[in-house]
Amino acid sequence: MNNRRYVARSSDIAARRLGNEMMIMSGKDSTLFSLNEVATMIWEASDGLTTLDEIVEHKICQEFDVELPEALRDAEALAEALAEHGIFLLSDEPFQSSPSGKEQK
Amino acid sequence: MSQLTSTIDRDIVIEIGDVPVRVRTGDLAFLHLLEKRYTGFVNRRSCAEFDFDVDLTPPGDLGADDNVRVLQRSGRWSLERGDFHAEWDSASKSGNIRQSANPYSIDSILRIVHTLVLSKQGGFLVHAASAVRNGRAFLFAGVSGAGKTTIARLAPENATLLTDEISYVREQDGGYSAFGTPFTGELAKVGDNVCAPIAALYLLAKGPQNRIEPLAHAEAARALLANILFFAEDADLVKLVFASACEFVTRVPVYRLTFVPDTRVWEMIA
Repeated sequence: MNNRRYVARSSDIAARRLGNEMMIMSGKDSTLFSLNEVATMIWEASDGLTTLDEIVEHKICQEFDVELPEALRDAEALAEALAEHGIFLLSDEPFQSSPSGKEQK
Repeated sequence: MSQLTSTIDRDIVIEIGDVPVRVRTGDLAFLHLLEKRYTGFVNRRSCAEFDFDVDLTPPGDLGADDNVRVLQRSGRWSLERGDFHAEWDSASKSGNIRQSANPYSIDSILRIVHTLVLSKQGGFLVHAASAVRNGRAFLFAGVSGAGKTTIARLAPENATLLTDEISYVREQDGGYSAFGTPFTGELAKVGDNVCAPIAALYLLAKGPQNRIEPLAHAEAARALLANILFFAEDADLVKLVFASACEFVTRVPVYRLTFVPDTRVWEMIA
């Protein structure tokens, strides 16, 4: 995966932080996801205007004791997995407006 | 006069959770069947919030598909299973039902309608027994076999049973209230048509000793969502139910209740 890709939260979901976990439910098939603290930080920083590698470098590596290459690998896997379920949107360019789940840019 | 009497006799208002639903049928035998089935929840004089006309069909006429499909198109809901087909317009709050003359089909339709109504009121139906004790309601949630009927059967005399199968929960007066329902499980006993503020939700598990453990909000939400009745394939409703469940667990204590199936378990519920 290209880490220069922009990541955004889909609007076709419902999400709420409960304690240290981010609970996310797909509006399409009601699948429930639970993100741990690190994944939640990536989720919250995924504004469609910041690239994944910037999020990892400036948020994750600053907050947690983890090496950048390892953190990037984990973040890639997370982003791809969530994108497969329509939870995340990925794009090579910044998102222009609020992601709808239909338009990728 | 005879025409007026006839009209009145063919209506029945079934009021569950303070939501009156009028069912109109031209079949008096079916009407009497409904009166018996919903004893304690029939309110003839009540104005109805929702109206349904029932068109009875011969048994087996609608097919045998057991899967429920609930779809919305332009504000009109379609509720379908092998034994029934219903259409419901949310704007006019009226609809029609095609089913055979059995109480099980309309029971399912009422459950679906109430889940749709409750979803917009911060409430839900949940697979849980519930009872009122000392003016407060306690819910006992779990899948089939978890112990809902058992805990209901073990309830002391000073507890009022709301249901042993499906609990009715609505946000009310800044908290949550549980209402009695006619939806029964193995106990086959219709709940009392009363309501009370919810004091706690217990997730049931049978074990070697009685034990109560508080659950963190996230774990409580996961468990609650797994037990909420939800039928509609509709993204907006999914979001509403999710929000209701998450809000509920932040405002109502949720515990895991491991219990030995005897009356001592109720010494821990007060």
